[in-house]
Amino acid sequence: MTTKPTMIEFRDVHKYYGDYHALRGITATIRAGEFFSLLGPSGCGKTTLLRTIAGFEGISSGVVLIDGKDMANVPANVRPTNMVFQSYAIFPHLTVEQNVGFGLRKDPRSTAEKSQAVTESLEMVGLKGFGARAAHALSGGQRQRVALARALILKPKVLLLDEPLSALDKKMREQMQVELIRLQRQVGITFILVTHDQEEALVMSDRIAVMFEGEIAQLADPETLYRRPASRKVADFIGTMNFLPAQILSEAAGKVEVDAKGFGRVTLDADQALGAPTGSGASIGFRPETLTLLFEGQTATDRETMATVEEVVYYGDMTYYDVKLDGTETPMRMSMRNVFGRPVLDIKTRTRVAWSPGALVLFR
Amino acid sequence: MKQGAGLRIYAIAYLVFLYAPIILLPMFAFNESKVIAFPLTGFTTSWFGVMWEDAQLFKSLQNSMIVSGSTAILATTFGIFAARASTRYRFPGKGSIIGLIMLPLVLPEMIVAMSLLVVLLTVGIPLSIFTVILGHVLICTPFAVAILSSAFQSLDKSLEEAAYDLGEGPVSTFRLIILPLVMPGVMSSFLICFTISLDEFIIAYFLGGTDTLLSAYIYGQFRFPARVPAMLALGSILVLLSITLLAIAEYFRRRGVAKTGGKNTGGFL
Amino acid sequence: MGQVSVLERIRRSEAASGMAMVSPTAFYAILLLAAPLATVLIYSVMTDASGKIEWVFTFSNYVEVWTSPIYQAIMLRSLTVSISVTLVTVVVAFPIAYFVSFHVAPARKSIWLFLITIPFWTSYLIRVFLWKVILGYNGVVSSGLEITGLTSEPMSFMTNATSAMIITLAHAYAPFAILPIFVSLEKIDRSLLEAGQDLGESRFVTFIRVTLPLSMAGVVAATLIVFIPTIGDYVTPDLIGSGKFPMIANAIEVQMLKLNQKALGSAIAVSAMLVVTVVSLAFLFANRRFLGGPK
Repeated sequence: MTTKPTMIEFRDVHKYYGDYHALRGITATIRAGEFFSLLGPSGCGKTTLLRTIAGFEGISSGVVLIDGKDMANVPANVRPTNMVFQSYAIFPHLTVEQNVGFGLRKDPRSTAEKSQAVTESLEMVGLKGFGARAAHALSGGQRQRVALARALILKPKVLLLDEPLSALDKKMREQMQVELIRLQRQVGITFILVTHDQEEALVMSDRIAVMFEGEIAQLADPETLYRRPASRKVADFIGTMNFLPAQILSEAAGKVEVDAKGFGRVTLDADQALGAPTGSGASIGFRPETLTLLFEGQTATDRETMATVEEVVYYGDMTYYDVKLDGTETPMRMSMRNVFGRPVLDIKTRTRVAWSPGALVLFR
Repeated sequence: MKQGAGLRIYAIAYLVFLYAPIILLPMFAFNESKVIAFPLTGFTTSWFGVMWEDAQLFKSLQNSMIVSGSTAILATTFGIFAARASTRYRFPGKGSIIGLIMLPLVLPEMIVAMSLLVVLLTVGIPLSIFTVILGHVLICTPFAVAILSSAFQSLDKSLEEAAYDLGEGPVSTFRLIILPLVMPGVMSSFLICFTISLDEFIIAYFLGGTDTLLSAYIYGQFRFPARVPAMLALGSILVLLSITLLAIAEYFRRRGVAKTGGKNTGGFL
Repeated sequence: MGQVSVLERIRRSEAASGMAMVSPTAFYAILLLAAPLATVLIYSVMTDASGKIEWVFTFSNYVEVWTSPIYQAIMLRSLTVSISVTLVTVVVAFPIAYFVSFHVAPARKSIWLFLITIPFWTSYLIRVFLWKVILGYNGVVSSGLEITGLTSEPMSFMTNATSAMIITLAHAYAPFAILPIFVSLEKIDRSLLEAGQDLGESRFVTFIRVTLPLSMAGVVAATLIVFIPTIGDYVTPDLIGSGKFPMIANAIEVQMLKLNQKALGSAIAVSAMLVVTVVSLAFLFANRRFLGGPK
């Protein structure tokens, strides 16, 4: 993968609200043309960080660079960024056309050219012909598109989106996720999205920064975040993860040997054990889909162990089982696709379970 | 709804009680007799004519219009500043300052009038419509602040930020986005302040000096029983005017609510 | 400290912007309200000397106000009238507020409120005079009764001037009482009431145990909104009482203007404000458990 040039850079950015330390030493780079997400629970500082890029919040120390330029003393209305607000902030007393064209007020082009630009912008977001509509008569999804058109018409270098999909219902949300990806590819600029929905971030982003309490816990592409989370907190936040206590036996030459409850002795690669020691004892983590039930006649492709079924939850396309692996006390969540003809096990059934050392992650 | 029936009767009786005196106005304004009593003696519009011919009445009407118009403009302007400051900024002493501005709402008018009078007399400022305007602006500004605070409050803060994001500065943002959206509140405030000032008596009477205002004029006329029916005629017109102004204010308020897509929760207060 | 953007500086001077924004209004209020009130306070402890103020510190004005039987009577009458008015008005207003809040469709509520407040916006002076006309000798009520044969000669309903004043003021301040009670009733979560009923309470019990306590904040507000202006009313005692039953406001006028004793007049004004404040605070204190946070 060729490394794209840097568009946004944070260098040890701190922000205080009075005594409250909202951003604690953020250092990161966001590349030009990438779809980047800031992901985390409420209060983690992701919106604050987004607003420091836009210029609506100042910083207490550190540097924020956009396209190589230091943004200190650069006010929001001059920065090469545009924002789609969480409430969309569509001006209710103007028409769709007037909203989209609002930022062109000081543009030197002729009225006809500006009108053309507005039409194109509306077409791009799928609102062809909506120009004359009153802004207060639009649905949520339509308002969001107007907000997008209004921001993109100014051809910013960076588009900032503050939880744009949180107000939409599920179907609309899924639709807009696809729309946003398509739009980003079409326009080609950097998109930075703030969300607390990890599914959303995983679906749309090229890279994600997971934030907790004002700090970036891990910055990586979705797959890395999912399969190789850097800490239990990240692992727990993204998807579901099971944890079992483990003991580190030895470490040498890129391999770590551990004794994991329920799995026994396993040798892991170094890249499965990235996180820093937390001091609270090591544990092994694995995702629900990495365990497989073995039915009669089936053999494990890798390793195998015995377990007892504790709970069964049927979910349409999947069945979720809570199984207690032999040698452990707590049930582990695992999932099986509902394939036609495959039986659903009963509670208390003893079953063989297949697993793979490569699917494990070690948290020190 | 059965339980509501008893209350409904009570409510209607209450409304009758509320409006009874006001209904009397047109009833006796069109009545022939000089005495305000039953039975009604006959229909006439002559009292309106008598009222119309009174030169002093017109002078006081003129004064009142000047005072009420000026008061409405000044109080609304003061209200815009205070409401904007109160809803948008935090600053030290905010509570006390806003409290002071709103204080006339809980002070008996007599005390406000007398205090102001004492200072004016001491400093030696002659009493005239100017001093009445000073007093009226004082008591109308809290109403303006209340109405406008509500209007500013309902503005989404991101609208301002969006305007900045799209390249506007503070002044152009105010002109293009904020002002149009609070305009219904501004209109409401203007009409309410005008109405309050028009009907106000104490400050008009005691701070007017030789300039008579309409309410003071009416007060003077009440001493003469012969003049009473003409005053009732005037009163009928004033009531009609007040109601019309109020209806217009309410219309603007509803239109404002609809334009910004807000909810109709029922009234200014 | 590292780099700080312009917006951060502006934000830091948010306080400055805010104060600048509020300053015109604030200065006006300070100049024309705070300063005059302070002046009255100062005058109240000075001496009157043949129409002028002598800068001699004294409490004699207050002594006069609090010990003289005339002023005691005036103060007492004012308190009686305003407390009675408040009681009557608030008690009568509550069912209306309840009706509009609970028995009127949401779309219609604002119309009802509008109808209720219209009389408030018409000239107070005219309304008071109308009551004089209604209740007076051979007035509307008297002549109306005569016509229907219930009485045989003209009478006056204003012989008890205090009662007449109470009726007049109750009429004038009715909307003031209805609105705050309405607002607090509206805020009551309807599902609380339904939960009560669901658990077997009767409607009356629900009202007493849930609705009434939750609306007390509005009742307290209504009480103060009616009590404070009525105690300082001028027009009603003047027109209805024909000047023979002065209340505080009339007494202040007499001293300040007619007799030109500004110090004494100021003392009356300050004493009146004191009484009002004490009564209001006592009332608030007695109801503090309904009021939650600070006012």
